[in-house]
Amino acid sequence: MKLTLHVWRQKAANDPGTFEKHNVEADEHMSFLEMLDVLNQTLIEQKKEPIAFEHDCREGICGACSMMINGRPHGPLNGTTACQLHMRHFKDGDQIWIEPFRAKAFKVVRDLVVDRSSFDRIIQAGGFISVNTGQAVDGNTIPIEKERSSSSMDAAACIGCGACVAACPNGSAMLFTAAKAAHLGILPQGEVEEDRRVLSMVTQMDKEGFGRCSNTYACEAECPKEISVTNIARLNRAYLKASLRSDL
Amino acid sequence: MNWITRFLTSSLGQKVIMSLTGIFLILFLVVHMTGNLQLLANDGGRSFNVYAEFMSENPFIRVISIGLYAFILLHAIQGIVLYLANRKAKGSTHSTGKVAGATWASKNMALLGILIFAFLCLHMGDFWFKMRFTDQLQMVTYDGHHTAVQDIYSRVSAAFQNVWIVIIYLVGVFALAIHLVHGFQSSFQSLGINHKKYTPTINAIGWIYTILITSGFAIMPLYFFLQ
Repeated sequence: MKLTLHVWRQKAANDPGTFEKHNVEADEHMSFLEMLDVLNQTLIEQKKEPIAFEHDCREGICGACSMMINGRPHGPLNGTTACQLHMRHFKDGDQIWIEPFRAKAFKVVRDLVVDRSSFDRIIQAGGFISVNTGQAVDGNTIPIEKERSSSSMDAAACIGCGACVAACPNGSAMLFTAAKAAHLGILPQGEVEEDRRVLSMVTQMDKEGFGRCSNTYACEAECPKEISVTNIARLNRAYLKASLRSDL
Repeated sequence: MNWITRFLTSSLGQKVIMSLTGIFLILFLVVHMTGNLQLLANDGGRSFNVYAEFMSENPFIRVISIGLYAFILLHAIQGIVLYLANRKAKGSTHSTGKVAGATWASKNMALLGILIFAFLCLHMGDFWFKMRFTDQLQMVTYDGHHTAVQDIYSRVSAAFQNVWIVIIYLVGVFALAIHLVHGFQSSFQSLGINHKKYTPTINAIGWIYTILITSGFAIMPLYFFLQ
């Protein structure tokens, strides 16, 4: 299949950047990133600068491929990352627009590579539980009911890719922060530090310059792991509770 | 930082302010709409004029109405602050397509809010201001009622003979309907009330509420215009 790509090219964070047109011949069995590999190989052979894009696992769980494909985070297929999007979802002769995730808190490093370290700082602020290191505890030492462990695991599916921020008209990181706070807070091991956790994570989230959630739910629709916005309601509740009941 | 300042200036706290003031305004609309249905009583305006006098003279209602004006302003100002902060947070956008999920209403609450606010200024200038601060309205007396009351009914009836005023009212009510469709359920989400057990019910009540309230308001100008 023959495709016309309009790829965002930007040399550095302060470069204004622009779309660049490329023609590429792709196979329908290729993943979207493999199609970009083919294009990059051609560019290298022509002694041109290859397109910078991030990838790690290519199994849909690392969350590195922070790109908008035809205006949607990770492309037109719901519940997938760009590496799991295959070219059979496009047609011969298609025009495809590829650009990096956009938000003030996500600076473009180069081309399609975005600096998402603001997410790391939210995690550092409180997205953990305090335990002594050493031998791992035996499994099932603390009994946890099925419903709780399931909701926690649903929230823990978040891969921190930033699609929620890119999809949000406000550039809000609420779905990410809410999922991270929920997957720890729902379990007994994480519950004890919930107040400190949500207060610190929300403070850090605001400090990073993310927008305010206006409940458009575009994040849930575009999340490759289909994280539910009920986690956002849970964070709203937990933050209100922590503000009223804790000494912090 | 003091805990309450931290809460109210945080992104989540600002949404709680929007939510609580919004819920107050949602409740106010119920009173405003049902009370004004007396315009349709077909008694020459007696019940509406007596009701209007009660609403403007009763000390309890006066206190509540000051709270209402304050909450309208707080809701509007906080909404603008959030809108500007969100535009800044989104930064540049070159996006060619459209993301899934978000409704037009949810993305345009600020625009709808500005339309509603502009409508409110016209609406209050037309009736509330004339009733409170001018002597333009005629006084009428009714058998069995202790004092003469201002004839706001005639003013309403006269205003709605003008097709442009009717159109402005219908546009204002339509903007309100779209604002409520998103705002009703959104106010619960911002307070952390979302669960698969009851959220479908909240959404359904939101739709029924919006249809009842806005069609109630839309009937009033049409009733006088088509008479």
